[in-house]
Amino acid sequence: MKGMKGVKNMKKKEDRNRMSQWALAPAIGLVIALGYVPVSRGAAALKVVATTEDLASLAREVGGDRVTVVALAKGYQDPHQVDPKPSFILEVSRADVLIAVGRELEIGWLPALITSSRNSKIQPGANGYLDASQNVRILEIPTGQITRAMGDVHPQGNPHYWLDPANGRRIAQTIRDKLVQLAPADRAYFDQRYADFDKRLAAAEQRWNATMAPYKGTEIVTYHRSWPNFMERFGLQVIGYVEPKPGIPAPPAHIIDLIGEMKRRGVKLIVVEPYWSLKTPQAIANQVGGRVLVLAPSVGGVKEATDYIQLFEYDVTQLASALKQISGK
Amino acid sequence: MKGLSGTDGRGELQVPPAQQPPTQPPDQPPPPQAPPAGLSSKVFNPDMSVIGNFVGVAGKNAFSDQPSLQLTEVEAAFQAIVDPYARADFFLAASPEGLEVEEGFITFTSLPKNLLLKVGKMRAQFGKVNPLHTHQMPTADRPLVTQNLVGGEEGLSDAGLSLSYLLHNPVVFLEAIGEVYRGESEVFQSPQRSKLAYVGRLRAYRDLTEGSNIDLGASFAFGPTDVAFASLPEVPETDVPTLNKRLFGIDATFRYRPLRRAIYRRLNLRTELIWSRQELPDDLHAAGFGAYGLAEYQFARRWYAGVRADRSARVLDDALVDTGVSFFMTFWPTEFSQIRGQFRRTNFAEGISGNELLFQFNFSIGAHGAHIF
Repeated sequence: MKGMKGVKNMKKKEDRNRMSQWALAPAIGLVIALGYVPVSRGAAALKVVATTEDLASLAREVGGDRVTVVALAKGYQDPHQVDPKPSFILEVSRADVLIAVGRELEIGWLPALITSSRNSKIQPGANGYLDASQNVRILEIPTGQITRAMGDVHPQGNPHYWLDPANGRRIAQTIRDKLVQLAPADRAYFDQRYADFDKRLAAAEQRWNATMAPYKGTEIVTYHRSWPNFMERFGLQVIGYVEPKPGIPAPPAHIIDLIGEMKRRGVKLIVVEPYWSLKTPQAIANQVGGRVLVLAPSVGGVKEATDYIQLFEYDVTQLASALKQISGK
Repeated sequence: MKGLSGTDGRGELQVPPAQQPPTQPPDQPPPPQAPPAGLSSKVFNPDMSVIGNFVGVAGKNAFSDQPSLQLTEVEAAFQAIVDPYARADFFLAASPEGLEVEEGFITFTSLPKNLLLKVGKMRAQFGKVNPLHTHQMPTADRPLVTQNLVGGEEGLSDAGLSLSYLLHNPVVFLEAIGEVYRGESEVFQSPQRSKLAYVGRLRAYRDLTEGSNIDLGASFAFGPTDVAFASLPEVPETDVPTLNKRLFGIDATFRYRPLRRAIYRRLNLRTELIWSRQELPDDLHAAGFGAYGLAEYQFARRWYAGVRADRSARVLDDALVDTGVSFFMTFWPTEFSQIRGQFRRTNFAEGISGNELLFQFNFSIGAHGAHIF
């Protein structure tokens, strides 16, 4: 009977199937061996992973040599547009502390990294997860009905809050408190590091305030809504944006309106982050007889912005220079 | 145009800088701020989103019954953290065939020893295309090799367990995944409880530069099929031995995205090669091979263009080989919608060719969780 012969043949085949599965053993052995390659780790230093270079810089200020710090996003890339790369999973998987900007800035990439990290210490709600926005001053919290018709709006407020030195101080305090919680024996060290940073920041703020004082009330345009904290802090008025709505490229009608508004109000300066194309801002500037100024929105955004204080040093210097050129003050 | 509101009336700004004392604020946090609109009542709700996929087809294809215009799928997603130890993700797919749970699983995120466990119904981690939901595809369809050898649109999606292990080493990101499934999918069909389907995957990834990386994978799938039942109708079902199917695949992806211009430029190159071995009665087997190569380039902020070349044997008749090529272009008005056009030419093994123009509208509402890279 043909059917029964087929049954016997297939029984033999099942035996061979089992044997062939053993052929996978060498491959599995190699995988396990690679998994046990020793990985060098810091001795006792807390490993801090920060989502941005700004947070990383503040963690270094407070943590000193008691922490090792890694930043995921570079200062010259759009922090909304970060790929959740497996190499980031590795970093997050080894973290003792994960510091996030929060306010949904990293909504498109950080949750996937956290889930894949297999690291219970930094899961949301765990001791090692730190939302840096919890004690800062947040602007532009939407009220009323929020829809995507408003663009890529952040329901919990503008996440670019680190661009105010007062918020930087608050973030540093929050990081200090977290480090003390995780390494209480180093409390005095972290307190001293924070106090030193606070002193240097306060001195720098006086300098920046003096530099920007002549330009208080000056109206400018920015590309994206990255600068409300910065501009509020130094008394500049943002009267419009190159983007009609957050994350939405400018249509011609919006550009025409913006040019008209800038001409009417005599606005000559457009501030742009380093990751945007300068083509549209430059065209607008040409129409209004103004200029485009690329500022660093983050540490590492330009090579001069090597840490949190140097970030403001660079931006304030560049901004004051541009405003002086425009206004003659 | 309206300027920013809220810059007046703030104490810090009313004091001329020259008169300001050192700007240290007190250690206390700023005054409590109003919660975002509607947040308090929805704080424990899962992230919810709905994604629509509308596909239109024009042209001739003798082997396709795809209608001219169709809302092919509506995916509803519900995602949230369950507790300190796990999160859950549900994806319901409504299509003209009905409503089904495309995926629904719990992920245990806090296991020891670099382990990650998923339990539920999932798209298996076989290769690069199989785990992707429709809206994640760079094209309006799936490659021929997926259609012919890996279960088509539904793919290898089943109820089971997935355990993955991160192999820490200083050279590469290395992840090993082992999965066990019930054996009830478009690829495997288990006749009894004791016969399960197995999937294994090893993935290696390395950054080449800060803007480029290489991603390599090898996948294996093994499980029972129902081929024997059709060929041995005279034998009692309990005596029919299982005819198994094996799938082996390798994939390679190169990505380039310059960080300073990440909004405007991106290049993805991907290939996937899949071998299928289906046991047949009388000690015979059908061994099929298929592959695709895909290149996708972002040439402007909202524009992508790409090409895909396809080749694949049929799963039960390896002498029949289909080939094809597609050219596609995608426009993203925002990250929440995309409009795609695709020209697809398919040369079927029977000597018939199909030339089709596909267009696709993909649109989402709500909060859809990030997908892993």
